[in-house]
Amino acid sequence: MASEHSLTSSEYIQHHLTHLTWGKLPAGFERADGTVLDAPTWTLATTGHEASSMGFMSVNLDTLGWSLALGLIFFVIFRMVARKVVADVPSGTQNFVETVVEFVQDNVKSMFPYQNKMVAPMALTILVWVFLMNFMDLIAIDLLPYGAQLFGEHVLGMDPHHVYFKIVPSTDPNITMGMAFFVFLLILFYSFREKGLGGFLGELSLHPFSSKNMIVQALFIPVNFILEFVNLIAKPVSLGLRLFGNMYAGEMIFILIALTYSGGLGMGVFGGFLQILWGMFHILIISLQAFIFMVLTIVYMSMAYDTGEDH
Amino acid sequence: MDFNLTFIGQMIAFAIFVFLTMRYVWPPITQAMEERQKKIADGLSAADRAERDLQLAQEKAAADLKEAKAKAAQIIDQANRRANLIVDEAKTQARTEGERLIERAQSEIEQEMNRAREELRKAVSALVIDGAEKVLGSEVKQDAHNDLLAKLAAEL
Repeated sequence: MASEHSLTSSEYIQHHLTHLTWGKLPAGFERADGTVLDAPTWTLATTGHEASSMGFMSVNLDTLGWSLALGLIFFVIFRMVARKVVADVPSGTQNFVETVVEFVQDNVKSMFPYQNKMVAPMALTILVWVFLMNFMDLIAIDLLPYGAQLFGEHVLGMDPHHVYFKIVPSTDPNITMGMAFFVFLLILFYSFREKGLGGFLGELSLHPFSSKNMIVQALFIPVNFILEFVNLIAKPVSLGLRLFGNMYAGEMIFILIALTYSGGLGMGVFGGFLQILWGMFHILIISLQAFIFMVLTIVYMSMAYDTGEDH
Repeated sequence: MDFNLTFIGQMIAFAIFVFLTMRYVWPPITQAMEERQKKIADGLSAADRAERDLQLAQEKAAADLKEAKAKAAQIIDQANRRANLIVDEAKTQARTEGERLIERAQSEIEQEMNRAREELRKAVSALVIDGAEKVLGSEVKQDAHNDLLAKLAAEL
């Protein structure tokens, strides 16, 4: 925390919760250093206020960058194994990769009894990628942001206080909701493909309430539709927000624990103890959240395939 | 909680990684695993089969041994019987041969005996005639007394 001695606690927390954002500032915007823009400009945000003023036309370079890097790590490791995979006695990395693949395969087989070439690989991608994203939470909270500050200050000549660096992609709702929304698109796609438009609309409007009487049934349809539509929308929202909420809360607790280090020796030792405790507990959470994201995705896919004979 | 292009970016990245995994990671690994599973299953069944084969071979060997023993015993038995037969045959043959030899010897002896007797008779009859001639002082007419002589000779 060398460069953050001058920060107050709330500033420290704020700093940790702000993204490194690159985006378009509108014309006439007054920047943090007092300059006023004459034209819309694509630039790095120097404060949280600037970042939020950019609106939709901006990219969180830190979380998206880490997300891509971790995805690439996942892909490179697994691809390397896949290229040299042997059916004989496996060794080292292949053992590990096969354990993961088999775990995913078992889960998919037990929850998704349909023919689809995409669900199992997607589940594998989710499990490992989300786990890696969550795992960034276990890296000492100031280590990489501090490194980024030094890099920004000495190499790019930036004000170190304006270098924001969030390294846990899954604490960014953009990341978690992005994945959840892709799953949602797949739910819609497979629902249409497996059930047809009529079947899908029927599923949305003909239950939970149904009646043999045509008039009563007609009255039920809008009620059913509202219920089922909320149900449908709730799937991606709960999927994405669950992961985001868990990781955000975990990150927040790490930030709060990190604050105790500035409170003297006694507080520091206590904080260190807490950090170890929370870190161990968090290992469980990050694995569990990755697993839950994967399982729910499989279940949603399975529901999209389910033509509903048992309703 | 500001949504921005990161959302779209992550969605695209997710789609790409899913595609890459589906295309380049999942198939070779699961294929290799399946192959190994099959190999292990084959190996286990081969081991089973080998064990069964071994058992069968052992059983067959035991049966063969038993059969061979029985056959050997039978052959020995047969040989013994045949030997006895041969000995018996030889014995009877020797006996008949001996009997035949004895018979021949006896007949030869008889013949010799007859011949000797004949000669003796002849000599005796000559002596008798000689004696009679001397006693009678005359010559016994051979022709006249031939019948008498022959009777005498037959009586001797």
